[in-house]
Amino acid sequence: MFIIFLLIGISVTVASGFLAAFLWAVKSGQYEDDYTPAVRMLFENEVSKPTKTKQKQV
Amino acid sequence: MIVANDKTFCCTGCKNVYELLEENNLCTYYSLDSTPGITGNQPANEARFAYLDDEGVEAQLLNFKNDSIAKVTFYAPQMHCSSCIWLLENLFKLNPGISESTVNFLRKEISVTFFHQKTTLREVVTLLARIGYEPSITLADTDGKKETKKNYSLIYKLGIAGFSFGNVMLLAFPDYLSLGEEVQRDFGKFFGYLSILLSLPVLFYSARGFFESAWAGIQQRMVNIDLPIATGLLALFITSTYQIISATGPGYLDSFTGLVFFMLIGKYFQQKTYDTLSFDRDYTSYFPVSVTVLKENGEEESVAVRNLKVGDRIRIRNQELIPADAMLLRGTAMVDYSFVSGESELVEKVVGEVIYAGGRQAGESIELEVVKEVSQGYLTQLWNNSVFSKNEEQSMETYANVAGKWFIIVTLLVAAGALIYWVPRDTSMAMRAFTSVLIIACPCALSLSTPFVHGNTLRIFGKHKFFLKNTGVVETLAKIDTVVFDKTGTLTEPSAAELSYSGKILTPEQEQSLKSVLRHSTHPLSQRIFQAIAGEAQEVHGFEEFAGKGLVGEVNGHFIRLGSASYLGVKADTSQDTLKTRVYVSIDGVVYGYYTFQNVYRSGLQDVLQGLEVGRVAVLSGDNNHEEARLRELLGQEAELNFNQSPVQKLEYIKELKNQNRHVLMVGDGLNDAGALKQSDAGIALTNSVTNFSPSCDAILDATAFNKLSKFIGFSKKSMNIILASFAVSLVYNVVGLTMAVQGIFTPIVSAILMPISSVSVIVFATLSVRYAAKKAGL
Repeated sequence: MFIIFLLIGISVTVASGFLAAFLWAVKSGQYEDDYTPAVRMLFENEVSKPTKTKQKQV
Repeated sequence: MIVANDKTFCCTGCKNVYELLEENNLCTYYSLDSTPGITGNQPANEARFAYLDDEGVEAQLLNFKNDSIAKVTFYAPQMHCSSCIWLLENLFKLNPGISESTVNFLRKEISVTFFHQKTTLREVVTLLARIGYEPSITLADTDGKKETKKNYSLIYKLGIAGFSFGNVMLLAFPDYLSLGEEVQRDFGKFFGYLSILLSLPVLFYSARGFFESAWAGIQQRMVNIDLPIATGLLALFITSTYQIISATGPGYLDSFTGLVFFMLIGKYFQQKTYDTLSFDRDYTSYFPVSVTVLKENGEEESVAVRNLKVGDRIRIRNQELIPADAMLLRGTAMVDYSFVSGESELVEKVVGEVIYAGGRQAGESIELEVVKEVSQGYLTQLWNNSVFSKNEEQSMETYANVAGKWFIIVTLLVAAGALIYWVPRDTSMAMRAFTSVLIIACPCALSLSTPFVHGNTLRIFGKHKFFLKNTGVVETLAKIDTVVFDKTGTLTEPSAAELSYSGKILTPEQEQSLKSVLRHSTHPLSQRIFQAIAGEAQEVHGFEEFAGKGLVGEVNGHFIRLGSASYLGVKADTSQDTLKTRVYVSIDGVVYGYYTFQNVYRSGLQDVLQGLEVGRVAVLSGDNNHEEARLRELLGQEAELNFNQSPVQKLEYIKELKNQNRHVLMVGDGLNDAGALKQSDAGIALTNSVTNFSPSCDAILDATAFNKLSKFIGFSKKSMNIILASFAVSLVYNVVGLTMAVQGIFTPIVSAILMPISSVSVIVFATLSVRYAAKKAGL
């Protein structure tokens, strides 16, 4: 049954990793603005050939 | 709706995007390849940004500067759609000196990074203004770096509590499934110690707020809701640790972490903020940073408003704000005081008159001499009053705290009773019963219902354009028994005025002649009458306008004069003479009659006044009393009407009411109400556009939702009843739980399962009943 000690050790370590990731994400300001990045990713970068799709303006 | 090239756009931003692309024959929205030269409509005067070249001002505005780059953040209230984001984030294509611009849409902020060798702060601002997003740079921005960093400690606490809760629950699983015996023997100690380890950060970090608040309460000899909570949490943790270390049981650490987690969720839910709104603005957020000062040799110089001295000569251009009380030296001042008093009609001032700070000049540029320093002005001295220097304290007399006080008294009595009963019979049972009482009586349900009821109420109000500063305002609103209104701009609709004509009836032909003369005048009253008369304008000869008096002109051989009573030599009866909004008509030397402008009261005012179930209603008006009769009719005989009130008098009036132990709600809209709004228990600022400037207040109400005001207040009262009801629910739960705990019936597992269930049931009850009540109330 020693494996249980090992498994719990691993599970707590993994969970701690996620906790650390969460705290880092909050600290680095990723929760500051939860709207703009969602829109920004829809803007394309430099396009050499103009596409003919007319975007709907919100 | 904005129309250009037969296309309609939702905002100037979109229109500008279109024009920019159109200009460059790049009508595919996404392929702005080269730098388009902007030749579009430039605002008349960009010299007003000259102050940004000043190094002192620049240093205060910039967030960061090194040898090559500088960073600055602006508030640009105009942005409101995704095209705005696109345009603003492509600034570097319009000005190569800009390296990057990032938008925070929710806060309506744009951060610009630029190379200060290639471009200047002034150029950046000018560019933004040209594309339609003039940043609002006010005195408040230069008062020191504003703290925009949000406080995330609650989220950290929540994250850690959630992490511990999940893991401790996992370790407690064998107990839940009554695998007890065997697992307990093999792993009990390990699981137990690991649980303690995981709970420590919850005790010392996540739950810290409860202990601190309880301790602060004790120090002030006050019992608040956090005291029974802290007691319960401490009892839980100590009992559990004791059980684990002495190997007498598995402890209740899962309940402990779970409770903290749920209560923090409640706190988080309560902490709803409206990013784009600011409830703490004073006049500095409205006043400009600098003003043009005329030196003795006639040169113009930009001077920081703070450094204005008595005797300085300043020049105010069209649409600029008058920053200090000043005497008019040259030009015709047409002052727009709409942000100060709510009065949208331009006030005309002639040379020699003193103009109070806060007005906006419309028309030609004027020269003034400062007579009072900025902070000593008629309006701004309001902020020297002690109300503004006091920090607002959260009222201790909240429902939760009052209930908490009784809760802990009863709990301690019951716990002591159980101890006394069991000690002679069974000592171990006595300890168990004592701690069980403390644990199960932990009023988590009680402390959960308040934030959820308030939080939901806040959100429902927000949906109806009534934005509260925090959830405490809900409770304050529920207690209101006196409502005080400002008149102009609050009870009246600032943009509309009723026009009526009295006197000898005019023939249509004569009306046409009037219209023709009025067409040549830019005076707002002339424009109003002009729009009210139908038909075509005719040719006018010999038109002349006398500022502050009236007009003269000849149409079809008729000699027409329009203007004030004194201009036409009319001897109006003295009681009516105070009516400033009257325009007399004279044709060929005969006075025919006059046009009267009457304020229009907001639609739904009648319903609001009838729906207000409060003892006293009062009106504070900075105006004279010419509307008294109409107000009486609307508000009834008991209402207190006060006219000719200065901003300070308004504040004093509210203070007087509060001294009589009234709970006062002030509804106002302008800077001149700022003192009264601050002094009152709850101050509501009415605004036509919530992103506009509004004075410091507890709540911001969109003018379109004014007719729901009485519903909002009524609903606040209802939400207090819902809190009471959820108290009752949790009380029943606690009483049942207590009686069983006192008898020592509960096994740890049952308690462990009941605790989270009770928490969740209270949350669900609070949320559902608020939503249901809102639906019933028509919100």
